[in-house]
Amino acid sequence: MDRLQPVVAFLRNTWRGLTSMRTALVLLFLLAVGALPGALLPQYSLNPELVSQYHDDHPWLAPVLDRLGFFEVFASSWFAAVYLLLFISLVCGLVPRTGEYAKQLRAVPVATPRNLARLPHHRRATVDSSPAEAVDAARRRLRGWRLRRRTEPSGARTLSAERGYAREAGNLVFHFALLGLLVSFAIGTLFGYEGQSIVKADGSQFCNSGAFAYDSFTPGTMVDGTGLSPFCVRINSFAATYLPSGQPQQYRADIDYQDTDDLASGQWHPYQLAVNEPLRLDGARVYLLGHGYAPEFTVTFPDGQQRTGVVQWRPVDQATLLSEGATKFDPPGVTDPAQLRERQLAITGLFAPTAAFRGELLSSAFPQPLAPAVAIDVLKGNLGINSGRGQSIFEIDGSMVESGQLQRVARQNLRLDEQLRLDDGTVVRFSGVTRWVSLQVSHDPAQLWVLTFALLVLGGLGLSLSVKRRRFWIRAAPAGPDEPDGRTVIELGGLARTEAAGYGEEFDRIAADLLTSGPSAPLAPAGTAGTSSEGR
Amino acid sequence: MPVDPVLAFYGDAAFYTALVLYLVAMVLQTVEYAAQRSAEPVAAAVGGGDGVGGGVATLAPPAGERAARSRSERTGRVAVSLTVLAAAVHAASLVLRGLAAGRVPWGNMYEFTSAICLVAVVAWLVVLVRQREAAPALRRLGGFVLLPVVVLLFLAGTVLYAEAAPLIPALNSYWIAIHVFAVSVASGVLLVAGVSSALYLVRLRAEASGGEGGSPGSRFAARLPGSALLDRLAYRTTVVAFPIWTFGVITGAIWAEAAWGRYWGWDPKETVALVAWVVYACYLHARATAGWRGARAAWINLLGFAVMVFNLFFINIVVAGLHSYAGV
Repeated sequence: MDRLQPVVAFLRNTWRGLTSMRTALVLLFLLAVGALPGALLPQYSLNPELVSQYHDDHPWLAPVLDRLGFFEVFASSWFAAVYLLLFISLVCGLVPRTGEYAKQLRAVPVATPRNLARLPHHRRATVDSSPAEAVDAARRRLRGWRLRRRTEPSGARTLSAERGYAREAGNLVFHFALLGLLVSFAIGTLFGYEGQSIVKADGSQFCNSGAFAYDSFTPGTMVDGTGLSPFCVRINSFAATYLPSGQPQQYRADIDYQDTDDLASGQWHPYQLAVNEPLRLDGARVYLLGHGYAPEFTVTFPDGQQRTGVVQWRPVDQATLLSEGATKFDPPGVTDPAQLRERQLAITGLFAPTAAFRGELLSSAFPQPLAPAVAIDVLKGNLGINSGRGQSIFEIDGSMVESGQLQRVARQNLRLDEQLRLDDGTVVRFSGVTRWVSLQVSHDPAQLWVLTFALLVLGGLGLSLSVKRRRFWIRAAPAGPDEPDGRTVIELGGLARTEAAGYGEEFDRIAADLLTSGPSAPLAPAGTAGTSSEGR
Repeated sequence: MPVDPVLAFYGDAAFYTALVLYLVAMVLQTVEYAAQRSAEPVAAAVGGGDGVGGGVATLAPPAGERAARSRSERTGRVAVSLTVLAAAVHAASLVLRGLAAGRVPWGNMYEFTSAICLVAVVAWLVVLVRQREAAPALRRLGGFVLLPVVVLLFLAGTVLYAEAAPLIPALNSYWIAIHVFAVSVASGVLLVAGVSSALYLVRLRAEASGGEGGSPGSRFAARLPGSALLDRLAYRTTVVAFPIWTFGVITGAIWAEAAWGRYWGWDPKETVALVAWVVYACYLHARATAGWRGARAAWINLLGFAVMVFNLFFINIVVAGLHSYAGV
């Protein structure tokens, strides 16, 4: 047994250390400090471009920070370690406290202290009623308190009262709800997914048939991109309204949708999709995140064949929607890969919904398509589409230009319906403008649980901060020989068991009710220490 | 709904009027603070056995003194009256702004900062009314509450100023009335808490050194109310504000779910709001932990306030995030 003792002591000390408030405090601090780099440094999850720019700006520091997980703080192991430790410490503290609270709920209020004058709140008076009557009156006054009557050996009657048990209940609810919140959050990130897709607002459709339908897809760990709840949306049109200053006022997309049940019947339902007004379907929510323009180019090839390209260009200035992009064409009727590599076309450059030319330089004056124009380069040659490298929908493959396989054959500004002619007789016409919307689809199976626990956190917090646990004692004893017969000395004591703030007023009220209801006037409070409005 | 330029003009005029009135009130309070004799010598407060009991009870002035108010007291009373007037004009400026733009008057950084300041001043006046017995001692602190208010309002009226305009689509939701209101109220009340904790630390240091020596620092501290009162003021304001802040963060998450497709995305503003929440949670826990009450807890409260200010300015203006709207 002697050998075991240090082990037991070590375990006990570890347990105490882990569950002590000081440890919890330090871990809370670490959580706050650890979260800060997540707000101050660019994060992969929020803005990968800013991260790579940070890498360019700080070539020495960035790799170190990257290695330490500072660009994905909230997915890093050290951040997880902090909050897991915190929650372990929380559980270890909560379990014994719950047991203790259950015991307290069954316990009777403690016996009246011998010397009530030593309590923070104290009164003493002589009344005409008998001790039993005085205690009965106090019982009536203290309705809602937990009470216990006792008779002391000296014959004095006492009443112990305690109230405010809801404080600890609120405390426990608060902390358990925090645990529930974390678990629900984790379930959401495991089984949820988020995907973005750009859809042209010309009757084009988006169907949630799998990860491949998205431009970018962020699945939870347990989501493989198949088995998504199927639904389709059709974007009929999109409208934006602006103030004359260019400040946007409203974005609204007129859409139809088919939920899972409608897919068989082919039934479409109309909906107005707007910012702050997502479409909520059975298994997923659809959001309107952004919008932009897809300039339409019609290319007439030398043999008279026409091809029309409508590809979304991305806004480079959100205020004026000046956009950039690349619209790519294969020559019609060419199947030979070698020939194809000679004659592919790309139109790349800038699009302005309301053109403002400074000399030859195109910029945009307003986000609405009032006077659309493009400033384009036309490139001919090998686009590199079959090179096996990943291709951006918004850019041409720069390496093809560098290697000379893709060459610029024209550069010109075009207003709507203007055209340019290439040396080989090909005609490129800026033939129209289509809007696109970017949609986000989100699925989180646990978010109602998160809300429930968040509300419990709030409710528990409210209880634990507003309810005061306090005790009240009365001792009524027959007055001494120098008083007339039948008089009773009443002593009152009060003690707030938790953070003070305000028990004094309540104590004063109760004391006044108990002591002035009798026919005789109460004695003055015993000394200055009698009733300060402060307690512990 | 079009903006009413006349109402917007009067709204701005009221804003600058309120700013000037606050400034005058602050100067008057400073005069009062400098002119008064030490109401509660540091050494006396230290002597009190339980320390906590001091505060309220000992600070009520004897009834006789009321008849002959000193000049400094009269100055202080004028300053409080001016503060009330300024708060009324300030409230009018927000109401006019709201009417002019046909929406809640906290739709951009200028209005939001202004709303926070109004809440802080109103919270301060409520403290004065509710703590009537301690009011004479507390009243002198008005200048310290008005100082950050004046600084914030000055920044709001210059750097952050924005013309009255309708809301941008991302903000156009009934949640702006709930979420931003809750956050403004919590921030304003926490400002009062932060000021109290700062003054508490100053006073505590003076009490620890026994109030000896006539250094400017100790003369300054001697005019502050007892540390127990300051500590309790900080605690009670924080206890009021913390659940409101929690509510603000939760409603923010609910709004984010409707607007951005997820209730929590570690956007910088969300993250720092959580950090502030955790710091204030630390404060409340510290108050219940042996060895952490008093100065350490007060430092944590100050840290919490620093995080709030950081979140208000640095995150919105310097760090690009979803909460950065229309330039600011």
